[in-house]
Amino acid sequence: MSSDFTLAHKRNATGIPTGRLGMWWVVASEVVIFGGLIVSYLLHRLGSPEWGGEAAFTIVPAGALNTFVLLTSSYFVVVAHKAIGENDREKAFKFLWYTIACAGIFLVVKSYEYTTELTEMAHHHIKDGHMIGTYPVFWYFYFAATGLHAFHVIAGAIAIGYVSFGVRRGENLQRVEYAGIYWHFVDVVWIFLFPLFYIAK
Amino acid sequence: MSKDKDSSKTTSNIVFAVTAVSCVLFGIAAFFFVLNTPSGWMLGPDLKPMTQASSYAYDIDSLFGLITFLVGFWFIVSEVVLFYFIFRFRRKTPDQKAQYISGEEPHHKQWISIPHILVILCDVVLVVGTVYVWYKIKQDLPPAQATIRVTGQQWAWTFEHPGPDNLLEDDPATTDVDESADNITLVDELHLKVNTVYHFKLESTDVLHSFSIPAFRIKQDSVPGRTITGWFEPIKEGEYDIQCAEMCGIGHGLMMGRLYVHSEEDFNQWQKPMTSSSTAAKMKNPTAPNQVALGRAALGEK
Amino acid sequence: MSDNTQGEHSHHEQSFWSKYVFSTDHFIIGLQYTFTGILMAFIGGYMAYVFRMQLAFPGEAVPGFGVVGPGEYNNLVTNHGTIMIFWVAMPVLVAGFGNFCIPLMLGVDDMVFPRLNRLSYQIFAISCVVIIASQFVPGGGFGGAWTAYPPLSADATYNLTLWGQRLWVIGVALEFVAFLMGGINFVTTTMNARAKGMKFYDIPIVVWFIVIASILFMVSVGPLIAGAVMLLLDQFQVTGFYNPAMGGDPLLWQHLFWFFGHPEVYVVLLPAIGVCAEIIPVFARKKLFAYKIVLWTAVATGALSFIVWAHHQFISGIDPRIANIFTITTLMISIPIAEMIFVYIATLYGGSIEFKTPMLWALAFIAEFLIGGCTGIYLGSTGTDIYFHDTYFVVAHFHFTFVPIAIIAVFAGITHWFPKASGRMLDETLGKIHFWGTIIPFTIMFLLMFPLGMAGQHRRIAGYEIFEELAPYQDIRVIITYCLIAMIAFQFVFFYNVIVSLLSGKKAEKNPWRANTLEWQAPNVPPHGNFPDGFPEVNRGPYEYSVPGRKEDYWPQNAPKEKPTSPKSDKK
Repeated sequence: MSSDFTLAHKRNATGIPTGRLGMWWVVASEVVIFGGLIVSYLLHRLGSPEWGGEAAFTIVPAGALNTFVLLTSSYFVVVAHKAIGENDREKAFKFLWYTIACAGIFLVVKSYEYTTELTEMAHHHIKDGHMIGTYPVFWYFYFAATGLHAFHVIAGAIAIGYVSFGVRRGENLQRVEYAGIYWHFVDVVWIFLFPLFYIAK
Repeated sequence: MSKDKDSSKTTSNIVFAVTAVSCVLFGIAAFFFVLNTPSGWMLGPDLKPMTQASSYAYDIDSLFGLITFLVGFWFIVSEVVLFYFIFRFRRKTPDQKAQYISGEEPHHKQWISIPHILVILCDVVLVVGTVYVWYKIKQDLPPAQATIRVTGQQWAWTFEHPGPDNLLEDDPATTDVDESADNITLVDELHLKVNTVYHFKLESTDVLHSFSIPAFRIKQDSVPGRTITGWFEPIKEGEYDIQCAEMCGIGHGLMMGRLYVHSEEDFNQWQKPMTSSSTAAKMKNPTAPNQVALGRAALGEK
Repeated sequence: MSDNTQGEHSHHEQSFWSKYVFSTDHFIIGLQYTFTGILMAFIGGYMAYVFRMQLAFPGEAVPGFGVVGPGEYNNLVTNHGTIMIFWVAMPVLVAGFGNFCIPLMLGVDDMVFPRLNRLSYQIFAISCVVIIASQFVPGGGFGGAWTAYPPLSADATYNLTLWGQRLWVIGVALEFVAFLMGGINFVTTTMNARAKGMKFYDIPIVVWFIVIASILFMVSVGPLIAGAVMLLLDQFQVTGFYNPAMGGDPLLWQHLFWFFGHPEVYVVLLPAIGVCAEIIPVFARKKLFAYKIVLWTAVATGALSFIVWAHHQFISGIDPRIANIFTITTLMISIPIAEMIFVYIATLYGGSIEFKTPMLWALAFIAEFLIGGCTGIYLGSTGTDIYFHDTYFVVAHFHFTFVPIAIIAVFAGITHWFPKASGRMLDETLGKIHFWGTIIPFTIMFLLMFPLGMAGQHRRIAGYEIFEELAPYQDIRVIITYCLIAMIAFQFVFFYNVIVSLLSGKKAEKNPWRANTLEWQAPNVPPHGNFPDGFPEVNRGPYEYSVPGRKEDYWPQNAPKEKPTSPKSDKK
């Protein structure tokens, strides 16, 4: 049924299952990482109102589509979790893969954005091989933040894939909930990035 | 039982009262002693106190003294009590029993809470002292009688002194006169007139450096992309070290400058020949190493 | 869901590789971290030897290295600091002691996520390889100081170490990831996997402190991981986060670095001082004074540590008005630390102190750390920091805190738990020779650095001959170097002691120090699963020593409940 868990793993002095507790700590540490990046961006931005001009070059419809895609993917992961509760492993497996599909769409949209935004930015800021203009820092933060986020989307999708195979074998079904917690976190980060980088002009 | 408790309580209270009063008296004594310290606490090259060559060196040295008294008091008390307990409660016989003290009872806890409060009081005194000194040196710039520009780069200091017109920069209002034409630019050499309030405009061309003159007690990092203004007033003639106090690459240890504080006549003597010939005046970075070439060479070689 | 029986493990014969190299067992992983940390200490210590020889005899070839050029000097001081903090103090104190102590002291078989535990060590091992590799790449190892301030650290045309700079950042980032993973185990295991009957205030202080340290690390390292990603992007010339010419700000890195850097010193301090909290009650036969105050001071210190960071940046170009706030918070943080020291000293009062080697180390920790703590006031106070910033006064201060943390407390812990981990006793005489041979040279050499700082001697300088105000102090620099060599020499006594004791030392009984905490109930060299005779249940706190009315002067946590024989005794 469950794989080789230590006694330590099975004990429960706080009443919260160990895996869930562990996942909340993971989320907490990630919050601080993204928090640091976002706060640095905010402080820089508040000191440089000219950045609004740069933000005009982000593609809002693409960002909005991605927001919708991620929110939908979070919904799918909730459905998968519910299906586990109802003992419907096949449904859970299906919906986990719908989530991964959404992640795929998100990444495709992102690649389109990166290639177009990069050329726009290069056009604006690079002449004869060096930087001109003084506000490319917005772009540094944009690529760093969305890039780090995309990396977490990829990692999350891989983790969900791994969990889905366990579901199919009927093992470690509790991991669907934990993967779901992580995925919701990835979604929430995007909910912060979207207004900060796309909408605030 | 309760009689024991009462008498030990009374002893505790007396000890605390005596300690508290002596702390306060000690603190006041320290304050006055320190404020009247003669030549300061930093060390000069010959183990004698380092020259207090600027008007605020005395303030920093006094603050050092204040901290030494207050913190030193707590340090000595703690170490003495530690070593006394180690000695007094060492196991002399194999069956020597220890006491059972949880530390939760109030008459035990107060041995911690009362020193705790006294430490806080000491900290308040220190905060007052340090804010006063910091405000004087870093926040409250007195009006400048002269201004110099200090530029750090890998790996030299460039000092731009105003010429006899005492103007460092061009006044944008007067377009026909070039006020900076008579400026004296030297590398790794700074000349100042005693008893004059100088502002320095500190810049860097590449990485972080730090403009440091121990005899003045001043230190300020230079940040590329910024001009940071500070001040000092030399009060003692002499020659002093100038250092770079922020890691800036392989030549960090070579960024040595010399500061010359002159009397008014000597300063005028020094300034005259520097401005009489235009070639002598414009010595921008003559010996500073070509950092970019150096860098490329090092990367290419290795 | 609490369960007191052994979990279902497949009891197959484990190969050497799966038992010792790819182990998921907390004891083995703890040993792996500790041995790796000690190995890295050799490297860090060697670097200190080389640069101190250069300082004492400038320009002369150093035996075992050669002539030290300016770039090499910077590389040595940079990596000495970086390695000692991230690859010695952290693995030994947090992951080494954490992995060893936590499951045993909680009375459980292992950590809650053993495979994550193994992965954390593997990533840590990779980070070791990366940082060592940075020494051998073209251009040499990074030399921009352990603080790696840009623009120097972000641009190879400034630092001249193209690959060294990148590998340094990558190595540090990997180490951060490893400890984030490790921390999840320490915190979750302590919260959930405690022995039956062990309430929060029955948890030994060292376990609490490692947990608090893990939480501190986790919360503080996030922004720096972001900052390190940003620095790496700058180094690859993709961005200019810290480059003023590209719109960036060098000071941003400083804030991100020190926001982590300051809590980091408490991340390593807490386990160290926790180890002393375990040793002092055992060898004084006395209950730890005011357990709850000890806990409270640790939490207060941890919380305050997040609002002091800019005391490293007073003269760096920050707004001078902000400096006033940070000097106040910094002076405030001295208060809970002072309280913690007072409590440890109070624990000695009325004790029956036995001077075995672990106790010597624990007492030396307090005496030496007091020096470090008190001298920190000069640096936390803005006015004096103007003068002392980047001088040897700082170097002396932080070695009087770091050496007690990373060396004194580590030897305290190793000598204390050696019987449990190996089944043998260490030789007491050799232990004492090693102790004095370490403490005396250490104290002398760093005390001498205070007057050097007062003379204005600045840091990270390969030779002082050209500075007229500093050149006259060369004799002191030579003495300091000789002290270091003496200190290094005496470490061989320790390793000799360990090897000889492992081979033919006296066999240790299960609880040679007659201590209360649960690890002493497990067999020596704890087997996989730790407690083959059943998991202990806890009936009291960890420091019930010399309880009045009892025959024995110790009372193990899992000993059965007894009726009090005299009205004055109390169970908790």
